[in-house]
Amino acid sequence: MSDDATFMLDGRPIRFEAGQSILQAALAAGAFIPNLCHHPEFAPHGSCKLCTVKVNGRASSACTTRARAGQEVASDTPELNRHRRTLLQMLFVEGNHFCPGCEKSGRCRLQALAYDLEMLNPHYEHFYPPRPIDASHPDVMIDFNRCILCALCVRASRDVDGKNVFALAGRGTAQHLVVDCPSGKLGDTDFAATDKAAEVCPVGAILPKRVGFAVPIGDRPFDIEPISVQAAHRPQAEPRG
Amino acid sequence: MFRLETAENPQTLRRIAIEPLTRVEGHGKVTLLLDDADHVHQVRLHIVEFRGFEIFIEGRPFWEVPVTVQRLCGICPVSHLLAATKAMDLIAGYDRLTPTAEKIRRLMHYGQVMQSHALHFFHLSSPDLLLGFDSEPTRRNIVGVAREFPEIAKQGVFLRKYGQEVIRHTAGKRIHGTGAVPGGVNKGISRAERDEMRRDIDRMIEWALSAVHLVAELHRAKPEFYDHFGEFSSAMMSLVAADGAMDFYHGGLRALDADGGTIFDGVDYGGYQQVLEEQVKPWSYMKFPHIRSLGPENGWYKVGPLARVQTCDRIPTPLAEMERRKLVARGEGKPVMGTLYYHWARLIELLHATEVIRDLLDDPDLLGSDLMADKGERRSEAVGVIEAPRGTLFHHYRVDENDQVTFCNLIVSTTNNNQAMNEAIRSVALSHLDGKTITEGLLNHIEVAIRAYDPCLSCATHALGKMPLEVDLVDAEGTLVQRARRNMGPAR
Repeated sequence: MSDDATFMLDGRPIRFEAGQSILQAALAAGAFIPNLCHHPEFAPHGSCKLCTVKVNGRASSACTTRARAGQEVASDTPELNRHRRTLLQMLFVEGNHFCPGCEKSGRCRLQALAYDLEMLNPHYEHFYPPRPIDASHPDVMIDFNRCILCALCVRASRDVDGKNVFALAGRGTAQHLVVDCPSGKLGDTDFAATDKAAEVCPVGAILPKRVGFAVPIGDRPFDIEPISVQAAHRPQAEPRG
Repeated sequence: MFRLETAENPQTLRRIAIEPLTRVEGHGKVTLLLDDADHVHQVRLHIVEFRGFEIFIEGRPFWEVPVTVQRLCGICPVSHLLAATKAMDLIAGYDRLTPTAEKIRRLMHYGQVMQSHALHFFHLSSPDLLLGFDSEPTRRNIVGVAREFPEIAKQGVFLRKYGQEVIRHTAGKRIHGTGAVPGGVNKGISRAERDEMRRDIDRMIEWALSAVHLVAELHRAKPEFYDHFGEFSSAMMSLVAADGAMDFYHGGLRALDADGGTIFDGVDYGGYQQVLEEQVKPWSYMKFPHIRSLGPENGWYKVGPLARVQTCDRIPTPLAEMERRKLVARGEGKPVMGTLYYHWARLIELLHATEVIRDLLDDPDLLGSDLMADKGERRSEAVGVIEAPRGTLFHHYRVDENDQVTFCNLIVSTTNNNQAMNEAIRSVALSHLDGKTITEGLLNHIEVAIRAYDPCLSCATHALGKMPLEVDLVDAEGTLVQRARRNMGPAR
């Protein structure tokens, strides 16, 4: 069935358009590949590695690898899903992700993926990093405890809002999100609650103030269907939580 | 100085430690000091755990706090959720809820009281009461009750389940849901949900009434034991509605003395610190609250079911009020003080909760869609108080201009009952342990007294009769004379 615009994903033919990545083509076809730092409106970042697949036997990020005719792509395999669980476990222990009290619960892609990939425990020892929250802005707060360094806010502020409010600083385990102003406080920037950067956070790091828990349990996006099932049902609108 | 709190010459006495007692999601211990003639000179309930919620919510956004602090408890999370949300209503600028929102919150709370009371009585305490305090320990549990009294056990399980379902419909989950948010509720009640709850409520009322009669009969059959076990005189405190009726969700603070005289009444709980004070003692992590005007020696009080049925003028539902009058009549004009009356009072409240739930389900406001109130002036400090299943629960917060919590003080029911629980076990020690050889059954008498106050204590044991206990009898030189152990694993 393979033709010039088709590759095989876990034995299923996926049609693609010229220029699409494997991830873009798969999601458009309703085939879910786990991902965190991807957003359909932004250029790929390739940092979270959740979307790692095997393309003709070689590991590649599906978000940064062009779809090409005849590729044999493996994604939903025990080996890759085990690696994905490990990545999620490391993300959970590197920050302070306490789902029971988090208002993003039920709408959080990190939590949704952990459920979907059957991550049953954090496995690694928690870092418990000391990270104060920045509530200096009147309408939006940043809880650095939950930042996974996906850089979606960086990309949104730079590419859509034209403000460059955010950046990632430091390297390795010292990498962290910073706010571009002398005080380092969001309240001292021209950031606005209507900015694109205020709505793209996949976890509970950047949040509008005073509206938490407005959606009842049972009605939150990932209460209704697991993230992978939602992607399959609504391929054109991948769930953003 | 309280009776049996501190012995004059402890170095000359033998020490018995019951440790660990499992308590509110943690541990406690009881210590007793006895002389050579086995007379009791000192009895203390020590709370040896430290939770720290007040500290680790500092800096958190205020709207998150109710959902976080409810994790204090797995039995009555709704009470913490609602007490915190009541405070945050005021912080966020919501002075008055919509009728629908308040009734949904009330439904949630009375469902909580119902399930918690059912759990406490049937699952945790009925084995003592129905099978005997010193009955065979391997059978003194809910399974043993189910074997001997299958219908009672079944009703207990279903009463609790019903309360849990009410919580699910209002909070989204049976345990640790959301539901209440500053300014109202996030979830309405659909007609289908209302009808589902309405279907079984009359049976629940019937079973709750049977349970009240069951305990009343225990008192009638053995009045000398049931009326006076763990008896001591104390003041009592609870929220009471403006018209003097029992109200678990809202009201003013009322405190009565041991003779039923008024100490204070109609106190706005926002000013609780004007009437209450907390004292720290070096031998316990739990503070000792007392009525400020009476001081720590005379101002301690008890809270919870036995306080509430006697501080209120009436219960505003007919069946529960009828049963309350029967209990109150036992005091012949004075408040009843026996520790086991807590169970009777708790079941009257269970009955009341079922009646309130029925009335709320029949109220058309419950199905309204106006869930959030209009916002007014914000505040930087507020107090939320509620009558949790086991007593008055205070949540006090300060929030800065960035919406972050800067201060939190929680006085939970167990804390309010701290001195009362100490008095209860002192009473039991004097009347049941004094001068006797330690047995498992006698240890259980102490558990029974504590359990009557704080179901979280017994809940945390996970299985009745499994509470780990170790009692050491040590002479004045520190030599171990006798050790009684239960469920402590291999001997050390």
